[in-house]
Amino acid sequence: MTATAAPAGPAADEARPAPLPRGYRFELVKLLSQWRIRLVLAVCWIGPAAFVAAVSLQTSLPADTVFGRWMHASGWAGSLVVLGFSCSWALPLLTSLVAGDVFAAEDRLGTWRHLLVAVRSPRRIFVAKALASLTVILAMTAGLAASGIAGGLAAVGGHPLAGLDGHMLSSADAATTVLIAWCCALAPTLAFAAVGLLGSVALGRSPMGLLMPALLAVGLQLAQMLPLPVAVRMALPSEAFLAWRGLFTDPAQTRPLLIGVAVGLVWAAAATALAYRLFMRRDFTDLAYDGSGRRVTVSGVLPLAGLTVLTVAVIAWTTPAHGSGIERVKLERSLATSYAHLYRLQTRELHRPAVTEAQLRATASCDKGGDRVADEGPGNDWRCVVTWHLPGVASAGTAIYQLDVTADGRYVADGDGPKEVNGYFQVRTSSGDAPNPLWQFDGDVDLLASPASAQKG
Amino acid sequence: MGRSRAVRARGITKSFGEVVALDDVDLEVEAGQVHGLVGPNGAGKTTLLGLLLGLAVADRGRLEILGTQVGRTLAVPDGVAGFVDGPGLYPSLTARQNLTALARLRGHDSAGGVGEALEQVGLTDVADDRVRGFSLGMRQRLGLAAALLTRPRLLVIDEPANGLDPAGKRHVHRVITGLAADGAAVVMSSHRMDDLAALCPEVTILSTGRVVFSGPVSKLAAEVGDLDHRLRTSDPAAAREVAEGTPGLRIVRGPGDGADAGVLVVRGPVEALDDLVVRLVGAGVAVRGLAPVVPPLEAAFLALTGIGTEPGTGPGETEEDPR
Repeated sequence: MTATAAPAGPAADEARPAPLPRGYRFELVKLLSQWRIRLVLAVCWIGPAAFVAAVSLQTSLPADTVFGRWMHASGWAGSLVVLGFSCSWALPLLTSLVAGDVFAAEDRLGTWRHLLVAVRSPRRIFVAKALASLTVILAMTAGLAASGIAGGLAAVGGHPLAGLDGHMLSSADAATTVLIAWCCALAPTLAFAAVGLLGSVALGRSPMGLLMPALLAVGLQLAQMLPLPVAVRMALPSEAFLAWRGLFTDPAQTRPLLIGVAVGLVWAAAATALAYRLFMRRDFTDLAYDGSGRRVTVSGVLPLAGLTVLTVAVIAWTTPAHGSGIERVKLERSLATSYAHLYRLQTRELHRPAVTEAQLRATASCDKGGDRVADEGPGNDWRCVVTWHLPGVASAGTAIYQLDVTADGRYVADGDGPKEVNGYFQVRTSSGDAPNPLWQFDGDVDLLASPASAQKG
Repeated sequence: MGRSRAVRARGITKSFGEVVALDDVDLEVEAGQVHGLVGPNGAGKTTLLGLLLGLAVADRGRLEILGTQVGRTLAVPDGVAGFVDGPGLYPSLTARQNLTALARLRGHDSAGGVGEALEQVGLTDVADDRVRGFSLGMRQRLGLAAALLTRPRLLVIDEPANGLDPAGKRHVHRVITGLAADGAAVVMSSHRMDDLAALCPEVTILSTGRVVFSGPVSKLAAEVGDLDHRLRTSDPAAAREVAEGTPGLRIVRGPGDGADAGVLVVRGPVEALDDLVVRLVGAGVAVRGLAPVVPPLEAAFLALTGIGTEPGTGPGETEEDPR
């Protein structure tokens, strides 16, 4: 061999990594080329509108869903029903589908080496993939929000919306609050997406990586059904999926929401950092790589469990939270407030003389399960008596409600008489029958409020 | 003055845990040369190709690629392209979309280059079909087209002829020889000895991470010794008699039955084989065929890697009548 070697200098001629915007675009093209992603995107942008429009035009409404009973009354309620459903199932599943597969797909296709040779920077590959999956998830979430709003407005119109304490939000206020609620749901969505990235990196082509956000969602939903201490409940990354409801009371229950959003964002950052660390340590020359349970436990589950413990400690230390957060005084205050607001709504429907909440001086007295049970915690055995006053009437009115209070602070108050007030699900008005707002209604207890402040409020 | 050197590896050692994938490997590939990499499974071919692509770095040794010393992962110079362990394509994209996305990623002008690359590998007709429906051979060709997009000065390819039909093989051979003619170096691994023999003037044979031969293919013959040849004649019984009387020749087997009916397997140096043919013709026996049982390159591979020494697997098979 006669050869003249070129001078071997330092790596001055070294190829530069592909710029991040190009890598991002490449990842986006790959994601959007998948028929299932395109199908889900289309469903997100069309499905909620069709659902909300169809349900709003039916006689029976999904009254067991928050705001479901208001879908006839306001177009904004439909979007909130979609938000509730999305927070339970749709958003965790979307993150599974997109973020949970974005790294695993390369393992499945055997394209890692090809991608590394093309991009020449694992760091940029990670960032491009994370950004591309985030973009697609945001596009899907935006579709769910926009579509639900459009369907509701088209079918019912932008009428004022009754909040979870019965106060009326004008159309503009409802629009703003609905949008803020959707934005708040992004924080836990990001957390689930980051867990999806982590699973996708850690477990390779194993379908378990794809399922991690969905499994986490199921686990957290089960946990949220249990009467957990409120500090533990607030430390869960899915808390903001429920806490957005607090925006629809007056005053808004901002503390649980802010904590929920913060916890969601911290989880998103932590899980993304863990996924990044794991990805950068991966040996791409190891063809046998297929993730491992041990790696997931050590690199993913344990740090996130540690984060949860730390968050519980911080919340318990910095907030007045104790027990389940559902206490008699808070429930009585919440019920009385809702009753007063909704009584005014009924008054307007029946064209009775106008009355204000202050004039009504509504109070409630609640008991849980009789004398042998402590008056705190969730359960369907709460029984309350609401008392109110009308101007110029000497005697006070009373109404009885059975309350089904869930561990997340939401309750359904079911009227138990007198029948003139809350006995029928409809009231007869001059323009025909209308839903009786006092027959059955939803409410929300601020789990973090102290009983003292509830009493003052 | 000779051509410049595209690859110069000295004392390359690479281990994965306790497994030594490459052990003190030297490799030199000149620009304009197609260099074959041969070895049994687990010999270290893919690891070596991965080092050339920058997917890993050696634990010890010195590696220069296109005149640049490579010291860390993904730090190979511009002008290196190729694939190991399959071409790395996205099945949900069409062939053209795969190449266009890749070209844009690397900052190359897409339209012209993509069309040209597809044409070079003979995939213009299916350019807008999704890769999901492509055969293995078509994927191999598309992977090669992807490597061509960057106009490589060093092409590193793993089993490029995998799954190719004769037409596809012709395309791939034409592309590889064309690249080499234009001055690019090509390092390719293959299990198909006919491809290597047709394309590679030089080969490196690896066995358990070590180089057991590196140099021109023509030099390999000397490493092998005498080869078994299959002799087909008009009169097998007479041919056997003549072969038995030919000095320096041994009858390994035959004449056989069934598919090998009438075939005699003999072993000896080229001179003895020439002598045998002359004698057969003299004896009035028509020679219908005389060819190595195993091609020379394959025989060398089997002999050098030790595979041929295992009973029943080597070029010599079982001797019937050693003399």
